[in-house]
Amino acid sequence: MKLFSEIGKYAQFMTHVLAKPQKWRVSGRQILQELQDIGVDSVGIVSLLSVFMGAVITLQTAANIDSPLIPAYTIGFTTRESILLEFSPTIIALILAGKVGSSIASQLGTMRITEQIDALAMMGVKSASFLVLPKIIAAVFFFPFLITLSMTLGIFGGWLFGTIAGVVTTVDYIDGLRFAFDPFSYTYAMIKTLAFAFLITSISSYHGFYAKGSALEVSRAATNAVVSSSIAILVSNYLITQILLL
Amino acid sequence: MIEVKNLNKSFDGNQIITDINASFERGKVNLIIGRSGSGKTVLVKCIVGLHNVDSGEVLFDNTDVTKYKTREQNDLRKKIGMLFQGGALFDSMTVEQNVMFPMRMFSELSFNDMRDRANECIQRVNLVNSNHLYPSETSGGMQKRIAIARAISMNPEYLFCDEPNSGLDPQTAIVIDELIQELTYEFNTTTIVVTHDMNSVLEIGDNILFIHEGKAHWKGNKETILQSDDPQLNDFVYASEFMRMVRKNLRQAR
Repeated sequence: MKLFSEIGKYAQFMTHVLAKPQKWRVSGRQILQELQDIGVDSVGIVSLLSVFMGAVITLQTAANIDSPLIPAYTIGFTTRESILLEFSPTIIALILAGKVGSSIASQLGTMRITEQIDALAMMGVKSASFLVLPKIIAAVFFFPFLITLSMTLGIFGGWLFGTIAGVVTTVDYIDGLRFAFDPFSYTYAMIKTLAFAFLITSISSYHGFYAKGSALEVSRAATNAVVSSSIAILVSNYLITQILLL
Repeated sequence: MIEVKNLNKSFDGNQIITDINASFERGKVNLIIGRSGSGKTVLVKCIVGLHNVDSGEVLFDNTDVTKYKTREQNDLRKKIGMLFQGGALFDSMTVEQNVMFPMRMFSELSFNDMRDRANECIQRVNLVNSNHLYPSETSGGMQKRIAIARAISMNPEYLFCDEPNSGLDPQTAIVIDELIQELTYEFNTTTIVVTHDMNSVLEIGDNILFIHEGKAHWKGNKETILQSDDPQLNDFVYASEFMRMVRKNLRQAR
């Protein structure tokens, strides 16, 4: 029952968030700031994770291939498919749910308990739209770049560490990358990315926006934001996959 | 003028405000006093529309605003300046940006005009060389003054102050009280101040409403409050040793 009530409250919150901005010029500046906070500031962690995850996928695939009948290009092929279909869009989204989601919930939660959101409302500012919409726009705009970067670096990491370890040659790895490539895999990954960007920012904002009480509640809101966003990512990942790939 | 009629408000079945009737005059400092948890802040938040009322009316210059739609409510709020208990300054903005913020949102002034107006307000609250500081770099008293500067930047008709002196030393508290009083008289605003500071009551209380257990228990002003025989009010007024000494001296003088 509580779940349905929360979903209803979230839907109501989103109707306020998606209202037309009162002043585009001010919102535009905020979107630029959010692009920095949500997007650019995540480039480092996404890059680092992607390179090493690509490396581990390559090494694990190589370690599990022991039949001489399996062609050498399988390592590159498996790395590409794993990174494109699941690792970059889903696992990186889960990481971002932790990094970006907790940051958004803490920021809005702190604004709530220090009455900054009430102050906005008292000035006649549509606070939900003013604070949250720029975050959603920035994430939906920037996450596809982040995920594309993650894909590129993941594949690069797989090649780099695979060749250093001597488990695959450059030629075989590139053959694998090119083997049976379906461009729809990228489209599928981008559709998931857009959905996850929306879910992470909106759910985290919801938890922060309605935080009540003390600083303890802010940390609780941040935790709830990460947990709820992660669950939403996993459920929507399943639904999107079911709809688009089967 | 602001009036409340038969105002009731509860949270999760707990009655916080019970059948309050009161009026707050224009051009005067109207105080709402009472013990912590008596419902003062809830009453103010009901008046400004941050809480929906369960029943009753809130009249701003004879217009009931409790049934206002969001758009009408937002229009009304542009005429209201509010000073929150903790200042509620935006952490990510400098002092000047905080004061300019309402103008950026709701005025068509050029950037230079907005900055001039912001500086005017900052000077009016006696702050110097602080335009480029962030709220975290300022003292509690300065934050209150910045919040007042922001509240008056749009020339409000109504000014609300929620415990403007909380956390301030007595000297700074008097400065803030005097500032609120000066601004009220200067701009002829309807000012409502929530406080439990007896110094403020005796300094600036043109009209005083004493709330006890969510009810309007006593009404008067800074002259009549010391002559009241009401036991609940006296418990509140003479809670400190200093005020008990004042009462003793008053009795001896009579």
